[in-house]
Amino acid sequence: MTKEYKTIVEISGPLIFLEKTEPVGYGELVNINLPDGSTKRGQVLDTSADIVAVQVFEGTGGLNEESGVVFTGETIKLPVSKDMLGRILSGSGEPLDGGPRIVPEDRIDVNGAAMNPYSRMPPEDFIQTGISTIDGTNTLVRGQKLPIFSGSGLPHNEIALQIARQAKVPGSEEAFAVVFAAMGITNEEAQYFMEDFEKTGALERAVVFLNLADDPAVERLITPRMALTAAEYLAYQHDMHVLVILTDITNYCEALRQMGAAREEVPGRRGYPGYMYTDLASLYERAGVIKGRKGSVTQFSILTMPGDDITHPIPDLSGYITEGQIVVSRELHRKGIYPPINVLPSLSRLMNSGIGSGKTREDHKAVSDQMYAAYAEGRDLRGLVAIVGKEALSERDQKILEFADLFEDRFVRQGRNEDRSIEDTLNIAWSILAELPEALLTRIDNKFIVKYHPAYKKNN
Amino acid sequence: MEIKGEIYRVAGPVVTITGIKPKMYDVVKVGHEGLMGEVIKIEGDKATVQVYEDTSGIRPGEPVENTGMSLSVELGPGLLESIYDGIQRPLKVLQEKMGDFIQRGVTANGLDREKKWDFKPTVAKGDKVRGGEVIGLVQETENIQHKIMVPPNISGTVAEIKSGKFTVDETVCVLTDGTELQMMQKWPVRLPRPVFKKLLPKTPLITGQRILDGLFPVAKGGTAAIPGPFGSGKTVTQQQLAKWSDTDIVVYIGCGERGNEMADVLNEFPELQDPKTGRPLMERTVLIANTSNMPVAAREASVYTGITIAEYYRDMGYDVSLMADSTSRWAEAMREISSRLEEMPGEEGYPAYLSARLSEFYERAGYVKSLAGVNGSITVIGAVSPPGGDFSEPVTQNTLRIVKVFWALDAKLAQRRHFPSINWLTSYSLYTNSLAEWFSENVAPDWTDLRDNAMDLLQRESELQEIVQLVGSDALPEDQQLVLEICRMIREYFLQQNAYHPVDTYCSFDKQYKLLKAISKYSDMATTALESGVPMKEILALESKDELAKVKYEENFDKALDEVLKKMDSEFAKLGGN
Repeated sequence: MTKEYKTIVEISGPLIFLEKTEPVGYGELVNINLPDGSTKRGQVLDTSADIVAVQVFEGTGGLNEESGVVFTGETIKLPVSKDMLGRILSGSGEPLDGGPRIVPEDRIDVNGAAMNPYSRMPPEDFIQTGISTIDGTNTLVRGQKLPIFSGSGLPHNEIALQIARQAKVPGSEEAFAVVFAAMGITNEEAQYFMEDFEKTGALERAVVFLNLADDPAVERLITPRMALTAAEYLAYQHDMHVLVILTDITNYCEALRQMGAAREEVPGRRGYPGYMYTDLASLYERAGVIKGRKGSVTQFSILTMPGDDITHPIPDLSGYITEGQIVVSRELHRKGIYPPINVLPSLSRLMNSGIGSGKTREDHKAVSDQMYAAYAEGRDLRGLVAIVGKEALSERDQKILEFADLFEDRFVRQGRNEDRSIEDTLNIAWSILAELPEALLTRIDNKFIVKYHPAYKKNN
Repeated sequence: MEIKGEIYRVAGPVVTITGIKPKMYDVVKVGHEGLMGEVIKIEGDKATVQVYEDTSGIRPGEPVENTGMSLSVELGPGLLESIYDGIQRPLKVLQEKMGDFIQRGVTANGLDREKKWDFKPTVAKGDKVRGGEVIGLVQETENIQHKIMVPPNISGTVAEIKSGKFTVDETVCVLTDGTELQMMQKWPVRLPRPVFKKLLPKTPLITGQRILDGLFPVAKGGTAAIPGPFGSGKTVTQQQLAKWSDTDIVVYIGCGERGNEMADVLNEFPELQDPKTGRPLMERTVLIANTSNMPVAAREASVYTGITIAEYYRDMGYDVSLMADSTSRWAEAMREISSRLEEMPGEEGYPAYLSARLSEFYERAGYVKSLAGVNGSITVIGAVSPPGGDFSEPVTQNTLRIVKVFWALDAKLAQRRHFPSINWLTSYSLYTNSLAEWFSENVAPDWTDLRDNAMDLLQRESELQEIVQLVGSDALPEDQQLVLEICRMIREYFLQQNAYHPVDTYCSFDKQYKLLKAISKYSDMATTALESGVPMKEILALESKDELAKVKYEENFDKALDEVLKKMDSEFAKLGGN
């Protein structure tokens, strides 16, 4: 028999405070029975012999001192099963698709446990997304966490979907299972994702968790943990390769700030709690590959930078945890280029371990470095041209300026359904590098130039 | 009989206990599972404990036990080649005990209790020994001889000394007052180990990285900071230093960083070779890995665990280098705990004692004469991760007030794939003068001049670049165009270094000197040629100049360089003027 307490002494924002309870565990799951017969759920945030603080997931609307509180004696657990694939669940794991409840094979604590660094396998399997700016210059590997840093009004959802559709490991037939967690996105956006999943048949191998914009903010703190728990289960118990899409991390952080304020914590930068780094790390770090296990968890989160500001605490702290970032640029988007990925601030930290001979192609790194260097210089020259005019540039500089345009037009730009193989991507790269004088290709070894440069190929 | 108390309150990693009267920084075991924690505040009959493990499900009323000891590390043979978490639990043992994910409530000894080490005494019965004095030797790895020392606070006369194979906790020496000494000693991490005297650092730490050794050297026993925004190459630089520094022992602390990166280090280090000895690098390395999702309190402790181990090897007379990646995560752990304690915050929410803690930590570096009478050093290199790449934030600023070398990483350079992306204009080293003597004796008498000249040119380049931004480079007079070209050569041929290239990843001082000398030679000859009326275009078109770009990648560097220099001579001879 579990006891029901009617000892609420204070209700403040999403928090309730109770007194005179038996000892209650930190982080315990709580059921709350409202006077109107409905129930809500919550979690213990602070527990002492005198007073217990509980955060209520569905918001405290309708709660009063008459409400009964039952402590379940356990932390929040997600019922998991392989049958989760193809299901649509709420942000706290309840079925939304009218289907039956999940018959659990196991129930797992959603907070997960930190992976022992000693058990980790360094990720090194190249994932081909079919998008040149990712495969060619910011390569994704299995077990990596690579977020998209975007802004409002930019096509990050389309990019994420294109990746979900096209991602594969060349030479392996196995498709990725997708775990999709929506945090505070609009119903319309969610529908857009759902429709695409259904149309392409991806839903069959997907688990969807939906916390929409009008769902309680505090539930958002649980949604990604549910999703990652499901992903870890599928990866490490059922040997699947799982791609996790979390959108939108910014909404998650807003919810975190809201909770912090409700708890009257000392705020850190821009009002976000001081532990946001640790909290975000507890999400992002749940990606990886374990030695001796077949599955993997790869994370692809979407984050909209408030005011396109990459130094804002949310993208900033994320960038310090994730293994790189793909930056979507408003400038390229305005020019009508899709996908508008600006490679200069983008980065994949694990790229070097996923490319090269035997994985992609031997010339990959050199080609990528060369394009980066030339494109960076070309963009600087654009600024100069605006002041002194094109004529004042040396011949060399004019070539580099033209390269920057070619790069955006031929390498970056591609169709929404265009699935380029890594060979295609590198060949496009060579075709535009060939427009530069050969003496400028200082980053590329001569043997690669002889082997791959189009000018030499014709002679062969 | 141990006195047990109980838990009063649990709020995340901060737990309040009652019923026992601990001392500050005592280690206590919390709850039925015995989670490890440290007392950080005492108020009336209550004490506040920061717990190193996850506290979910822990309830008020559960028992608490005081160990009476402050947080300590075990020091003795077997530290090398180990991989620890922030509180010296070997990750390998944790994996064996609880699988691939870190569960809580598991204790593990820092040193293996089963392994027997061959102990060779260096003192005899009747010898007087003081604290810190060596009583015996153990060959810990192929190249490192572990010196067993008397703990600093003990002295006496040897009554019995053994020889042979022992485990770390077996007694190897007994003093006349009955004190038994083992190979292992414990030391509280927050207390610096005593030394006889601190000395002034006089020799450079040779890192094999051109921009670091050449332009901004750090002394053995010095302190350096590498601040940089994310993606600017902090971690790669730290790892390069851990791999190539010419120290005897390397302590690498991964403090609140990425799991996959740590996995990479754990995977790579055992396979890398020490350039000096040809032995695996791991044999001289202690790794401490506390990733960002491991408990925050253990992250706070990890830095102290690391420096205490470093001090222990320093006391034996070794040169130790310690890399902390990243000190910002450490500072954030302090901030997180401080805010849970509801302390009055200082700047940007960091505790007011941030500056004091940082300086205490860096002050544990140094070149010293140890209690054993030998010289040893600890060089501390701390990475800093300033939010938004803004160097004016508290952690960077407080660090810069203490450290002597500043390697400023620059995201702009990283974007154009200039690696290592250390900005040559904002970085500095305060050791260049005190090391000048060493350089002129060991590298070349004109080394300092060459270096100063290069720095001077780079400074001029930045001024000229401002003009170029306005009028274009063609509008500059020819001699200034030449300066720009020479600087481009310094940047691309000398400063850029490829960490992933098998040859270029390490560059000896000899090679650095020759490379810089070659650029300087071109500079001199080009200037003379230009003055005698040779057109700029022809000077720039020399093949030998472009060939110089690639000599650094050559296995046989000296031969390749000789050829290029000969060609340069003959090409300039053709142009005339020289």
